[in-house]
Amino acid sequence: MSLPKVHEIPIGGIITEPGSSRRNLTGGWRSLKPIIHDDRCIRCRICWMYCPEGTIKETKGEFVVKGRKYQYKYEIDYNYCKGCGICAHECPTKAIEMVPEA
Amino acid sequence: MKVVYKAIWDLPVEELFASGHRACAGCGPAIAMRWITKTAGPNTVVVNATGCMEVTTTQYPETAWMVPYLHVAFENAAAAASGVDSAIRVTSKKGLWRSGKTNVIVIAGDGGTYDIGLQSLSGMLERGHHVLYILYDNEAYMNTGIQRSGGTPRYAWTTTTPVGRAIRGKIQAKKDIMGIVMAHRVPYAATASISNIIDMSNKIKTALEYTEEGPTFLHIMAPCPPGWRFPEERTVEAARLAVETGYFPLYEYDHGKIRLNPPTSNMVADPKRRKPLREFLKFQGRFAHLTDAEIGELEKEVVANLEYLAKLASL
Amino acid sequence: MTAAAAIQKAKAALALTSNYAVAYAVKAADVDVVAVYPITPQTTIVEKIAEFVDDGELNADLIHVESEHSAMSAVVGAAAAGARVFTATSSQGLELMHEVLHIASGLRLPVVMAVPARAISAPISIHGDYSDVMNTRDTGWITYIASSAQEVYDTVIQAYKVAETTLLPVMVSYDGFLMSHTTEPVELNDEEAVKRFLPRRERPNVLRPEKPITMGAFAMPDWYYEIKYQVQEALASSLKTIEEVDAEYGKAFGRSYGIIQTYRMEDADYAVIAYGGAAFGNAREAVDVARERGIRAGAIRLRVWRPFPADRLLKQLAGVKAFAVIDRAIAFGSPGGGPAFIDVATALYMGGMDVPGLSVIHGIGQRSMYVEDFVKVFEMLKDGERNKVVYMGLRL
Ligand code: SF4
Ligand code: SF4
Repeated sequence: MSLPKVHEIPIGGIITEPGSSRRNLTGGWRSLKPIIHDDRCIRCRICWMYCPEGTIKETKGEFVVKGRKYQYKYEIDYNYCKGCGICAHECPTKAIEMVPEA
Repeated sequence: MKVVYKAIWDLPVEELFASGHRACAGCGPAIAMRWITKTAGPNTVVVNATGCMEVTTTQYPETAWMVPYLHVAFENAAAAASGVDSAIRVTSKKGLWRSGKTNVIVIAGDGGTYDIGLQSLSGMLERGHHVLYILYDNEAYMNTGIQRSGGTPRYAWTTTTPVGRAIRGKIQAKKDIMGIVMAHRVPYAATASISNIIDMSNKIKTALEYTEEGPTFLHIMAPCPPGWRFPEERTVEAARLAVETGYFPLYEYDHGKIRLNPPTSNMVADPKRRKPLREFLKFQGRFAHLTDAEIGELEKEVVANLEYLAKLASL
Repeated sequence: MTAAAAIQKAKAALALTSNYAVAYAVKAADVDVVAVYPITPQTTIVEKIAEFVDDGELNADLIHVESEHSAMSAVVGAAAAGARVFTATSSQGLELMHEVLHIASGLRLPVVMAVPARAISAPISIHGDYSDVMNTRDTGWITYIASSAQEVYDTVIQAYKVAETTLLPVMVSYDGFLMSHTTEPVELNDEEAVKRFLPRRERPNVLRPEKPITMGAFAMPDWYYEIKYQVQEALASSLKTIEEVDAEYGKAFGRSYGIIQTYRMEDADYAVIAYGGAAFGNAREAVDVARERGIRAGAIRLRVWRPFPADRLLKQLAGVKAFAVIDRAIAFGSPGGGPAFIDVATALYMGGMDVPGLSVIHGIGQRSMYVEDFVKVFEMLKDGERNKVVYMGLRL
């Protein structure tokens, strides 16, 4: 890929696209991968709250797990997860397991 | 404190600090950034001092920020924010600022606040700008590779306070930055921790409300895994233990009145509810060299500080 | 014309120092945010602006910053938020701002600053020379050096238009004390006409919640060079804008100055190049004296110092036998002695011209410059003195 030339760059070094860091997939940094075991998840929102990458997605809907109905589901966007393990460490039910990356 | 968020389910959902930033895995300050932007909302201008959060979030041509963002230099974030505040106020009157009420928030680290930025912070506070200044404290110059700052605690190892045969870590105590800010008689200043997000978000809301009157200040404890030398997954735990051992008390200064917040208020009422300082120190490599006697000294300082704050709160 | 405007026109000519002329120009430009820290000889600018603000004559916020570093930082912040801004300083204050000068140009913010030029410590001196301004040479600012209070007033107004067109910061400097504190007649413009001359316009680099941009990003080696080159290019092409704005100003208000000013250069054998009010004033008088003594003398004034007006200058030097540059600053340790001489020599070299010259240092720390000194420079040129640095007025 060739980089833009002088006149193709906005002046002043400004970045005009908010949140464009999303192009930078930090998932490659990971050596341990968090796996959420949905059956152990009590939907407490703690992992979502503490993730430094904001990469734990909260999905609203109807989720039935082992006969229990939940309104939320937590899923990790591995494009950005750096594998820090905070989510697993903070999860009150130990529903998140850190496994080595393949 | 205005309690806007009573429980975890009240917290705002919209993210304004995007993934893909380059902060280290397990970064405490990154957690703070997420919640500062989420809580403040999109009508906010962020003025960032040079530091970890600046270099890791704005690597050209990509930015993690979804609010208007300005970085000028290291020592002058408060001065630049003064200009932003003045500009918004004057151009609003002249009909040239059409974005309505807009928060102006400084985000600076401990180096940019305790040390090189202290003069411009003092000037901004004294002049009474409508700016919320947020210090995220990771207790050293981490971006340049862990050098001691005025916010580094006593005895901590850093690359400029190595554990040598003659001198073992930092000699001096951590500066009382809240004391300095309170001496400016601002409407509101508070401490917060990334472990206590609901408390922190409520304090951000409260501070932003008070900026109508004048400058406000938040001192946020934000641990750094590589700088403090602990495993990445323990960042939130480190922040929590900082609070629970009394090392980092949670309190507010609200129009001249100091109020201790839980759990700090509980441990002041009942010292048994304070965890031993050792629990905070023991898993951090920067304190690995500490003797029992040194830990004892630090513990005494922690207790004395809590007593000092309790006295202030009783005034 | 409204009645108020007519009255204003009627009492338009005032006796003002250059510093007060700056303050009147700032008022006419309807500036939004002013941040200034007191320093001699700048201080009377901010005092006058404070009067305007406190009397409600200028609808601006005056930020009483705690240092010049914060003054420049605050106007950078305010300009980033879209405001029209002003600051001023001298000497040590300009040195303290230095870091942020680069940032103002790098962020492409139309900051306007007045600098009554003053010597730099140590030893501390409150008197005039151009050491402070010359130290800002490579900061990416457009820099004017004015030579009268009227020109100062006109140039500050022009500076806003130039800054907002080129998106570069602009400095308007002039002699500390010799001009900053000397009263001259100044004709003021109708302020409504100045407002029409300076319409508000949108810029791409403004902080707005509706369109969130990131300013002041961190550039790696793949990007930094291109962004800095844009500044270089903008400065180079700003000469055209400076000229156009000067012409437009001339049409609107009846006064314009050009980029360089010449005196009796038409048939000159020897030219003295100078900048600022005192040096050029002396140079002009010396031209007349030298001509009486049979030397075909001429004088050139650099009104614009950055970008350096090389082409315009070379045209003037094409026919001369030799030239001298009078520098009111020392480029310590340099091969050329004075900063402007170095640029003139470089311009000649780049232009493939070989005209011999003398580098004359004078007026350092406001050491008195006499017309006779300048006449002597013409005599030295005529006597074949070439290619050396002359420290005039020095007890050697
Ligand atoms: S491992 Fe870290 S980065 Fe990955 S989802 Fe958990 S908290 Fe977020
Ligand atoms: S912290 Fe654990 S229990 Fe709570 S939402 Fe996340 S995975 Fe579920």
